Amino acid sequence: MELAIGIILGCCALGAGLAMIAGIGPGIGEGNAVAKACEAIGRQPESRSAVTTTMLMGCAVAETTGLYALVIAILLLFLAPGRLVNILVETMNTLG
Amino acid sequence: MNENRYSAKFKAVDALLITLMILPIIFGMMLYVLFTPPAEGIAIEGSRIFFTINMPLQPLPITESQVNSWIVIVSVFFLCLYLTHGLSATHPTKRQHIVEWGIEQTKKLVSDNMGEFFDSFAPFVAAIMVLSAFSSLLTLVGLYPPTSDLNVVGGWALLVFVLITYYKCKCGFLHYVKSFAEPVAFLTPLNLIGEIATPVSMAFRHYGNILSGSVISVLVAAALQTLSSMIFGRLPGFLGEFPFLQIGLPAVLSVYFDIFSGLLQAFIFAMLTMLYIASGFPEEDYKEKLKRQAASH
Repeated sequence: MELAIGIILGCCALGAGLAMIAGIGPGIGEGNAVAKACEAIGRQPESRSAVTTTMLMGCAVAETTGLYALVIAILLLFLAPGRLVNILVETMNTLG
Repeated sequence: MNENRYSAKFKAVDALLITLMILPIIFGMMLYVLFTPPAEGIAIEGSRIFFTINMPLQPLPITESQVNSWIVIVSVFFLCLYLTHGLSATHPTKRQHIVEWGIEQTKKLVSDNMGEFFDSFAPFVAAIMVLSAFSSLLTLVGLYPPTSDLNVVGGWALLVFVLITYYKCKCGFLHYVKSFAEPVAFLTPLNLIGEIATPVSMAFRHYGNILSGSVISVLVAAALQTLSSMIFGRLPGFLGEFPFLQIGLPAVLSVYFDIFSGLLQAFIFAMLTMLYIASGFPEEDYKEKLKRQAASH
């Protein structure tokens, strides 16, 4: 029983960690976006506000995949262990 | 007019409005103090359920996020009343200048991003932005921010989705259905998924950013406390118990996660609302339809 619960908790933590590998993508993408925005501002300083707004919007959209991963990681860390342990305990009880 | 502004009555109404603005927040803090069970160590929890109302279909829980949303709504309502109190065309006050600046900026933002047809959207966009910003800023007084609850933000995203669909249906329902089969027919399932992904991604983006900020803040604070009790734990008396390392760094994190991230997400949510509604609206087809209607009459 303790071993099963331990495996559940460990696998949930591992899964959350693996899910956050998706953070690499938005990191690279947003870095590229900001680099290009800096270049654009350097070339045309007068278009600073428009470039900044567009860049923030683009960053927000690029962040989406990372946030999906984050939500899954949060669910795995805070919600899944309790649910899974409950299911395990119930099945153990019904089995006797 | 000018002496009216310095009259006792004007000042009394001002004071009353400010009190009514602050009272809901104090009420929320009292609720928080009264209903929070003492927590040991790190506590990362969702919004607490105060009580449940029995409804015909399903029991309706009244959660902390709902109560805090209403606190924000009432507070912002009285803030608006305070800011617009004593408007005058000849002798504008300081707050009138602030309000006018804000309204002009919002109108400019909306007309820049949505075009002329949507000029009447400025109040809606401003309302979404202010509600979202103040909800996120509620962490500054220690209350649970409603925006870190997926249900609240999901509701807003659903509202935006209804608006997007309404403006897509402006040229008739058939036109809306046909727009899924563009540019080629076999892309229909992808378009359907993209349509549903819009509100989902909007809700997840806002909620994920705010929630991750508070989770990271709590984790860093807890780690610093453990670290400082490890390092300074040997010191006698008060010095040993005081978490020296917790000075400084959590405040910097709070400035980023609570203030900057909250305001940025409010802005992004409003911007995405504008962009999705404006880009979903088939403006040229609608103009042609209007022309045809005018020609047939």
